[in-house]
Amino acid sequence: MLELKGVAKRVRGQTHIYPTDLTLEKGTMNVLLGPTLAGKTTLMRLLAGLDAPSEGRVIWDGRDVTGVRVQDRGVAMVYQQFINYPSMSVYENIASPLRIAGQARDEIDRKVRQTADLLKLSPYLERLPLELSGGQQQRCALARALVKDAGLVLLDEPLANLDYKLREELRAELPRIFQKSGAIFVYATTEPEEALLLGGNTAALWEGRIAQFGPTLDVYRQPCDIVTARVFSNPPMNFTSVRKDGHRLTFGRGVNAPADGVFAGLPDGDYSAGFRANHLGLNVHTGSAIELPCTVGVSEITGSETYLHLHHGDDRWVALLHGVHDIPQDSEVGVFLETRYLYLFDVAGKLAAPAAYAMAA
Amino acid sequence: MSVATDVLPATVARPRAAERPRLRLAVSYGLLIAYVLFLLVPIYWLVNMSFKTNTEILSSVSLWPATFTLANYGKIFGDSTWYMGYVHSLIYVAMNTLISVTVALPAAYAFSRYSFLGDKHLFFWLLTNRMAPAAVFALPFFQLYSSVGLFDTHIAVALAHCLFNVPLAVWILEGFMRGVPREIDETAYIDGYSFGRFFVRIFMPLIASGIGVAAFFCFMFSWVDLLISRTLTSVNVKTIGVAMTRTSSATGLDYGTLAAAGVLTIIPGALVIWFVRNYIAKGFALGRV
Repeated sequence: MLELKGVAKRVRGQTHIYPTDLTLEKGTMNVLLGPTLAGKTTLMRLLAGLDAPSEGRVIWDGRDVTGVRVQDRGVAMVYQQFINYPSMSVYENIASPLRIAGQARDEIDRKVRQTADLLKLSPYLERLPLELSGGQQQRCALARALVKDAGLVLLDEPLANLDYKLREELRAELPRIFQKSGAIFVYATTEPEEALLLGGNTAALWEGRIAQFGPTLDVYRQPCDIVTARVFSNPPMNFTSVRKDGHRLTFGRGVNAPADGVFAGLPDGDYSAGFRANHLGLNVHTGSAIELPCTVGVSEITGSETYLHLHHGDDRWVALLHGVHDIPQDSEVGVFLETRYLYLFDVAGKLAAPAAYAMAA
Repeated sequence: MSVATDVLPATVARPRAAERPRLRLAVSYGLLIAYVLFLLVPIYWLVNMSFKTNTEILSSVSLWPATFTLANYGKIFGDSTWYMGYVHSLIYVAMNTLISVTVALPAAYAFSRYSFLGDKHLFFWLLTNRMAPAAVFALPFFQLYSSVGLFDTHIAVALAHCLFNVPLAVWILEGFMRGVPREIDETAYIDGYSFGRFFVRIFMPLIASGIGVAAFFCFMFSWVDLLISRTLTSVNVKTIGVAMTRTSSATGLDYGTLAAAGVLTIIPGALVIWFVRNYIAKGFALGRV
């Protein structure tokens, strides 16, 4: 079990990580999700012991390891860049942590071959890392991280520099690899989909703070505030201001919806309404859907889906629609939204009422 | 008529189009040959002289030796004050190269990896050591090394050359080290490497070409330096430079032997260039030089 207690990092007067408490359990996959500069890498370096925190303690299995050298931490790390030892063969690369640890020769050989099998590197053991493709190089780095049976494996956007196909392939392999070791895995990514596919727990990071930490699906369905909701949605969650008045929700441009169900108990006042891009529709006009008048900006067509950029007053929205919809710019459309997909956040940005569909799931 | 006008320009144009690249080729070959001749003439003249007798050198100008002789070389290899000059020079040059690179490696690593108080100023200040002519240091060096009893030793010359070579080596190596991602260092530490083991096993192979280039420059500077090595040596350590300035005697200047000694002086440098030529090419591309 790894605990951060009030860990903060400041560099030259700038705060990179605000005081943070975090507990990671053994045998779990933990995703650090956040945009670039959110502090994912800084947090990872603190977890690894590459940087010392400005304040706070790092506790590993009840032992304070805050000042312990990285060599003595028993961690493994994989970077976004493909970092291998260029002058050593793939075999020697994978074997190097074991050689340093002074393990027996046949023991090393057994472990290297086993790990190479797991990562499909067996045919390339005698080559140099730079003679491999990008995916194979990163697999070599992963193998070196896994072979030493570290208690903590840190993966800092390991798939970001790979092409799409390889990324899919390795991402599917990772949970399988992860299940075989009992280590704490920490995986940093900027992509919400990646967090959802990897499962486990997710910590949403924003500007040096952990906005929310919990099981991935819970964080996705019930973001505790606007920041988490924005980080954990791709495209980002759409927002508009809404006013609750008795049994009525009034949207900015005079559209009304009944404030029933989860919204009924809320005090009257101003709220921010949030909803995901895929919950907007052009023609799903059921009885409970509300129609919001918008002006069309750009339509991005990806083949089977359309990202429709919308202007709703001063709000900028994105709607993710199935199929190809080539709607001319500046045309007026009514988009439909079921109120059960609506999250309400109070003026301070905290979640006031989760969407009804998320409660049911 | 229309056929003729169609054909005529084509037939005129064809040979001209074919001639132009040939002319271009001839010009570029001509320039290249002139350039090589220009570079090689002094060296050829030296080699030419080294196979002539003194009387021939002094009497007439000839493109090749009329009476071919190996006597000049025989004199050098037969006289220990001559050939020991090369040995002494090679000893202090090797010492200097070794010391300079060994000292510069950790210094360059510090400059490339850490930021510390005044690091940029210190880096620049190191380079300023190269800005003064060597002659400036001749007198202070002579005084200093005499007073500590190092005068007329190999190590004295080797250490004196360090003043010029260490900054250069630091500068070259820092450029190469900067090209190695810091993550490799960190990965090695995470894997459990101590600093020393990481540096020797992983880092040095990565900057091998940089070490080659740095060693080459140290070697060349130390090998071609005449002034400081002459100032700091006298009897026990007679460098080749000293030996060469000793050739004037009662019978006049011994041109033939001097030329032969010159030819032999070029050889070690040429050999070193031959061995590090691939590194140099890489070095000029990757490093800062």
